[in-house]
Amino acid sequence: MNTGDTVFVLMSAALVMLMTPGLALFYGGMVRSKNILGTLMQSFVILGVITLEWVLWGYSMAFGPDHAGIIGGLDWFGLNGVGMDASPDYGTTIPHSAFMIFQCMFAVITPALITGAFAERVKFSAFLLFTLLWGTMVYNPLAHWVWGVGGWIGKMGALDFAGGTVVHISSGISALAAALIIGRRLGYGSTPYIPHNIPMTVTGAALLWFGWFGFNAGSALTCNGLAANAFVVTHISSAVAALSWMFLEWLHRGKPTTLGAASGAVAGLVAITPASGFVGPLSSVLIGAFAGIICYGGVVMKSRLGYDDSLDVVGIHGLGGTWGALATGLFASKAINPAGANGLFFGNPGLLWNQFISVIATMVFAFVMTVIILKVVDLLVGLRVPEEEEEMGMDISLHNETGYSL
Amino acid sequence: MKKIETIIKPFKLDDVKEGLAALGVKGLTVTEVKGFGRQRGHREVYRGAEYQVDFVSKIKIEVVLESELVQDAVQVIQEKARTGQIGDGKIFLLPVEEVIRIRTGETGNAAV
Repeated sequence: MNTGDTVFVLMSAALVMLMTPGLALFYGGMVRSKNILGTLMQSFVILGVITLEWVLWGYSMAFGPDHAGIIGGLDWFGLNGVGMDASPDYGTTIPHSAFMIFQCMFAVITPALITGAFAERVKFSAFLLFTLLWGTMVYNPLAHWVWGVGGWIGKMGALDFAGGTVVHISSGISALAAALIIGRRLGYGSTPYIPHNIPMTVTGAALLWFGWFGFNAGSALTCNGLAANAFVVTHISSAVAALSWMFLEWLHRGKPTTLGAASGAVAGLVAITPASGFVGPLSSVLIGAFAGIICYGGVVMKSRLGYDDSLDVVGIHGLGGTWGALATGLFASKAINPAGANGLFFGNPGLLWNQFISVIATMVFAFVMTVIILKVVDLLVGLRVPEEEEEMGMDISLHNETGYSL
Repeated sequence: MKKIETIIKPFKLDDVKEGLAALGVKGLTVTEVKGFGRQRGHREVYRGAEYQVDFVSKIKIEVVLESELVQDAVQVIQEKARTGQIGDGKIFLLPVEEVIRIRTGETGNAAV
């Protein structure tokens, strides 16, 4: 067991944990003030729900001994067998529980991302039930397919270093399903949905950027050159994407915006996620540059397409993750990571095809499952709050609280 | 006694307040308000969605004073609050039926 690796993974797990409250702030600043607590609460409570789910059956389903390439089963229910000794398969130089808790933070933040799509209108009970079912039936299998030993997407040869498909495409496409099924907010088209606290959003974006170093670099599971590379390209992609979004918006709309710069940074982070352990710094400049442009486009297109994805989960995570997964197929280089593969620009078109398959499989699976889960939840408890409650705001109607008693 | 209600640009508050104090005005009430007259609002853009915000932030000052002071007070306010740009605001004069000081029960000019 390696002390340096263990410190690194544990600290990275802590960084990724911070991303969930960071996300809460990022989203929170963008909703109206009457919904700030409802929004913060969703992300915060997922720390509770998914942690428990992960410890009981989630980790086992995702990373446990494989069944038919599809799922991990329940051998490790309640973390049975997952202790302080290293796993022979996952992070061989660190305690197994360190790997498990690192992965836990990923499982937590993924459903939290989806909440952005249905912000300001969903019942708390429905959200809790949805989160539990989605984590169990969408995240766990996907994580297994891509990262579990024997998982079919990993076996096929698709590359996803830290979760472009498992985290971002899955949440992005699920967000689309949710926005379509749950429907638009009251007053869509006539009411201005003005972000109530952009300083809060920028703070959240900064925490996400910081935490993402744990997300991507930590996925190396070892404290070495590969981790350093992941750290570097993560930072570069975010920085360049912030600029490209900002400049594009400046050109398109006349002024650069703070929200745009923050959003661009997040788009860059999303896009580099699957690629971070396989591409070099100059590639990451291009990945970030296009992430800002593509995701900006996605956000602008949203109003033309007419679905109310309140906080742009589809435009940023769905599109950004798709670009990142495909970009991995373009820019991956064995010079960076011999355990990876070469991408199209390094002489191997095959990888791009694998990436494409993994993207499609993720999208179809997540979308279909999300639709089913939402229908079930709607039948059981009902998805939306009544109109008067939506008008009053989540804070008062769901939580009996006011965010700001000024 | 009369009441002056005036809507002014927020950054002019200190000037107006000092001007009135120099006249001998002993107190006033200030509220943050939004409104519009001839002054247009502005455009805000969030993630590609554009909003026209009509309301402009202003300060409303309410002050009750002896009728003898009113002419001078109006002049001071106009002088201090004016910038020459659209949106400088307005002054309203209203009659006041009675003024009572809560602590002492005094009425009329003694309570102003």
